[in-house]
Amino acid sequence: MRSLIVKIGLLFIMPLPAWANTIIVAPGTNVATIKLAVTIARNGDTIRVKKGTYISLNTLIDKELTILGEGRPVLDARFQEEVLTITSGHVKLDGFVIKNSKTGSMRDFAGIRLSNVEFVTISNNTLINNFFGIYLSNCKHIRVVNNHVTGSNNIENSGNGIHLWKCKEILLNGNYVTRHRDGIYFEFAKKCLIENNFSEKNIRYGLHFMFSDDDTYRHNTFKNNGSGVSVMYTRRIAMLDNTFIENWGSSIYGVLLKEITDARIEGNHFIRNTTGIYMENSDRITVTHNDFISNGWAMRVLASCNKDHFTQNNYKGNSFDVTTNGTLKEIYFNDNYWDKYEGYDLNRDGTGDIPYRPISLYAQIIEQNPQSVMLMRSFIVNLIDKVERAIPSITPESVKDNKPKMKPWKR
Amino acid sequence: MLKIAKYIILDIVRSKVLLAYTLLLLAISLTIFMSDADVTKGLVSITTVILIIVPLVSIVYATTYYFNAAEFTEMLVSQPISRRAILLGKFIGISSSILLAFIIGVCIPVALFAFSLTGITLMVSGCLLTLSFISLAFLTSTITRDKAKGIGLALMLWFYFSIIFDGLVLLFLTLFADYPLEKVMIVLTALNPIDLARILILLQLDISALMGYTGALYQQFFGSGIGIVFSLLMQLVWTLVPLLFALKIFKKKDL
Repeated sequence: MRSLIVKIGLLFIMPLPAWANTIIVAPGTNVATIKLAVTIARNGDTIRVKKGTYISLNTLIDKELTILGEGRPVLDARFQEEVLTITSGHVKLDGFVIKNSKTGSMRDFAGIRLSNVEFVTISNNTLINNFFGIYLSNCKHIRVVNNHVTGSNNIENSGNGIHLWKCKEILLNGNYVTRHRDGIYFEFAKKCLIENNFSEKNIRYGLHFMFSDDDTYRHNTFKNNGSGVSVMYTRRIAMLDNTFIENWGSSIYGVLLKEITDARIEGNHFIRNTTGIYMENSDRITVTHNDFISNGWAMRVLASCNKDHFTQNNYKGNSFDVTTNGTLKEIYFNDNYWDKYEGYDLNRDGTGDIPYRPISLYAQIIEQNPQSVMLMRSFIVNLIDKVERAIPSITPESVKDNKPKMKPWKR
Repeated sequence: MLKIAKYIILDIVRSKVLLAYTLLLLAISLTIFMSDADVTKGLVSITTVILIIVPLVSIVYATTYYFNAAEFTEMLVSQPISRRAILLGKFIGISSSILLAFIIGVCIPVALFAFSLTGITLMVSGCLLTLSFISLAFLTSTITRDKAKGIGLALMLWFYFSIIFDGLVLLFLTLFADYPLEKVMIVLTALNPIDLARILILLQLDISALMGYTGALYQQFFGSGIGIVFSLLMQLVWTLVPLLFALKIFKKKDL
């Protein structure tokens, strides 16, 4: 008797695929729009959309459906509305070209909007010329995978590529975002995993987040964005093995950290940025195993930072290694490789015998008088830097690497 | 003109000084490239060396040679050759032989070890630097008649361009830090051939840092090709103008 109850119970619990229908949408047939297909579908059904161009003015998906595009069907909103809004959980949307959402300053029109949902997968879509690309608000357990998001590159009318607001446990994997305002934008998005994304040539930031605690960023590349990457007011983030490359210009940073606490920045590559890392009011940050290569300023650490540790990094070919604007306290450098280090290693243990001071006098001069950049690498500048290194008097005494490596760290 | 140049080249190539200069440059470049796997770092070190040694040797050697060959010049003047042809022939002879030394000593190692845009810039700016300092040497040698005075003047010029000038600029910058000095700075750098060569290399090596400046003029100067074109043109001016002055003086000079 008991086992029978269990069996009957199982019948209700299991989402029986045998009962699920497949609805086919194709142009010129009875079911010619996704809207109609959604109306006739029941929870658990699959909608297959055949190749073609469909006008989609804010098609609402309010049932638990799997919607698959075959042959990359195009959903076009013709700049009149949003393209798709998903308000039901357990939806999978795959293989569409979604384009031309409306732009506006009152509402954030999006290519794909997810609102108050859980367990949704958005994968393998191409978003073109939308105001916002993928917009998640108040969502949990969402997977956004392998989407290709291209904006309009219009400075006045551009939203964010992937926008998260008040979300939890979101996975962003393998997305490519370009020509939007911010490539990836998070606000109050907690415990998210962001990996293998590529964000380049966005108008403002490649990645921008605020109040988004406990997120992990892995293996992402942020290249040549209008203002680099900017992250603020966040605790306990981990940035691992990302690449920040060619973010050029005044006040443009590989990564700008503002009021970030307890962060781990490990194994990242900062290549040819005007400033690799810029830190302001950021406490208890561990920066280890990173490579800083050919940046203008590898790091700019403001005096408002505390208890930060910089260890086992490589600093190569940077015009300036570290600069600051005042007196640094409790900032620790250890075991880093500095290509400008000129000390010796008598006992041959791989560690230099005299400390390295990463802040050069000329960097201090430039700090106060930016125009003296024209004298970079001149004989007189080399001379005063050498004298200052030998007898430090103006550069801060506290900022030094006591155990500089003689050879770069091999990764 | 070319015949004179040929005689001078043959004469210089046989001398040991030029050979020593070539070997010195070659030794420096090879040591730097061999000792460090990082090519960019090597280029930086070579730049530092070049900006000091190349102008010094070019100006001093050219001046010394000019004075040592004074009798040859007198002999030439007595022949039916125009003074213009004599001076230009000398210039071509001396400059091509010193350039040859630079090409063997620096350009070839750089091309072998670090053939990149930065490397090419280094070669080009080094060559132009050589030319402009030989041209300056001709000016000093035609101005004075005394050998000691001429060499002294040449040394002073080198000292001024490589150290004092930048020191003065730094002083000027700190004194007038409150003023917008963008345009002034660009003009100031144009007044020193060493600075021009340095900026050419800077535009390759430190472009990331240079792009950090807010001024529109700097942005334009560094960001587009204008900076490169400007530096190259001004270096050519630094080669031609002293030479023209030297020519003018030499034409009227009582030997």
